[in-house]
Amino acid sequence: MITKAFFARFDRLAFWFVVVMMAVAILVPLSNLLLPPSSMFHVPTYLVALMGKYLCYAILAISLDLVWGYCGILSLGHGAFFALGGYAMGMYLMRQIGTRGVYSHPVLPDFMVFLNWKELPWFWHGFNMFWFAAVMILLVPGLLAFIFGWFAFRSRVTGVYLSIITQAMTYALLLAFFRNDMGFGGNNGLTDFKDILGFNIQAQGTRAALFFLTALSLIIVFIISRWMVSTAYGKVLIAVRDAESRTRFLGYRVEHFKFLVFTVSAAMAGLAGALYVPQVGIINPSEFSPANSIEAVIWVAVGGRGTLVGAAIGAVAVNFLKTIFTTGALAPYWLFALGGLFVVVTLLLPRGILGACSDLLARMRHPKNESSGVSGKLQAAE
Amino acid sequence: MINKESLVTQALLYLDGVSVSFDGYRAINNLSLYLAKGEMRAVIGPNGAGKTTMMDIVTGKTRPDTGDVLFDSGRHDLTQLDETAIAELGIGRKFQKPTVFEMHSVADNILLALKGPRSPFASLFGWRNNVAREKIDTILETCGLDALRDRPAGEISHGQKQWLEIGMLLAQDPAILLVDEPVAGMTDAETVQTADLLREINKTHSVIVVEHDMAFVRALDCKVTCLHEGSVLAEGTLDQVAGDQRVIEVYLGR
Repeated sequence: MITKAFFARFDRLAFWFVVVMMAVAILVPLSNLLLPPSSMFHVPTYLVALMGKYLCYAILAISLDLVWGYCGILSLGHGAFFALGGYAMGMYLMRQIGTRGVYSHPVLPDFMVFLNWKELPWFWHGFNMFWFAAVMILLVPGLLAFIFGWFAFRSRVTGVYLSIITQAMTYALLLAFFRNDMGFGGNNGLTDFKDILGFNIQAQGTRAALFFLTALSLIIVFIISRWMVSTAYGKVLIAVRDAESRTRFLGYRVEHFKFLVFTVSAAMAGLAGALYVPQVGIINPSEFSPANSIEAVIWVAVGGRGTLVGAAIGAVAVNFLKTIFTTGALAPYWLFALGGLFVVVTLLLPRGILGACSDLLARMRHPKNESSGVSGKLQAAE
Repeated sequence: MINKESLVTQALLYLDGVSVSFDGYRAINNLSLYLAKGEMRAVIGPNGAGKTTMMDIVTGKTRPDTGDVLFDSGRHDLTQLDETAIAELGIGRKFQKPTVFEMHSVADNILLALKGPRSPFASLFGWRNNVAREKIDTILETCGLDALRDRPAGEISHGQKQWLEIGMLLAQDPAILLVDEPVAGMTDAETVQTADLLREINKTHSVIVVEHDMAFVRALDCKVTCLHEGSVLAEGTLDQVAGDQRVIEVYLGR
């Protein structure tokens, strides 16, 4: 009954997205593990890790699209939630190192021994247990988002002012995490991980499993987001985005709608960060850097905001370009390319890759209808 | 002299001695107005008379500097509540510039307005996801928009948006509808239809209409209040008000 109602709301694009992602989730690890390296269809391990990273970014992009594309909250601080989730995972992985560290201390991570600390700070307790870390991965970013939203949304901070304070939030965290006495490894962050849930983190099988879990998480995050925006709640979010004060006069407590979507979105971003850390092998304060959060906004804009699928496509596409640009002779030009991409998308594809494709499809089906309707006009007016 | 107590208890909406200034400019100056349950009232007045500001005060958008704004026989002090709380009490508003949710379909605009629980959780899991089609269709038929049901609200005409907003008010089912310039930009035929629609609505709701169009106000056939410089200049039937020497001076200049 519930599933039937759910699939009734599921449009074709969303359906195909889930199908493709399921295929990716299963086929990529299988080809990596089962096919011989000589096979044409073999996906090398380094590529599995790279694609896993892209998928983490896709989760972050979907979480950002949920608040920006649907509720009009342009968060320039979503990288902070991503990084906090990453640190929570990093702390679990540090505790798993045990005596295998350089200083062989049974409890304290290397950097604490190096700093001459005698005991574990209170906030590191519990992170030796995976379930505890898993809870924290969602709870810490969610709680920060809720507290931040409590102050910002209740005082009706919106638009560019809100964007600026989200940017300030991630910058403040960047500075805080740089400090050695914060207890998060300072400048170097957390690294040298050995194993996760007892499996060697470098092993091919573990990497394939992490990829599978990341793709699965992407599907789950997508389905939850898609479900949220297809309910009356999602319709209220769009109403808030387009005419906030009108929504208030209808009797909706706009700030409560924002708390919820912002908190859920932050928890999703935290999950993305947690999946990211074991695959790249390090988490350091640079993940809080404001540029990261802005880059995530560009992914969503490039893919097409307010579409969820577009956000995921944008994240993968832009990061694929980034990989190409930053590994070769083109490396010095990456930032120019990124900036140029943003300008081109804003000017020529105001609704992103996905919006442009759907316009093209609509024009092929109804050649007479030139304008793309109200959605096109609205986007152009912004 | 009628005593204040009985006025308060009789009135659905009671404004007394209300003043508000913006940067020294007195938009509303010692305004008093009483609306009985089931009444329809037309509020007229030249530009800058404070008509829209009065609605802002009633709906919580603007807080008055002084004065009482009471609702439902004095049970609620509206000056202490915000927009959402006032809307929940049953005061609905149509804006001067038609404000509908342009990206949503006409039907979804009505759906979002429907009276009922409005918390985030109620919207995620609650009844608003399973509203019977007929419930929305009834309202769309009342305001003549049933043919446009699935069109995005941004694509319908200006007059149709005005009706959609009135339809959203109907869906909200408030005790009072505050309707700000409903026929601005409408053709004569549309104006007549709008007057009919509001009279129909008035059978079950109290209504305050702000309007410039005298033909429309005449068609509403109700008590008229003329505002000038933020306070009441004249009150009575349209003929009484239109015949008032001060009203003529204000409208025509000396």
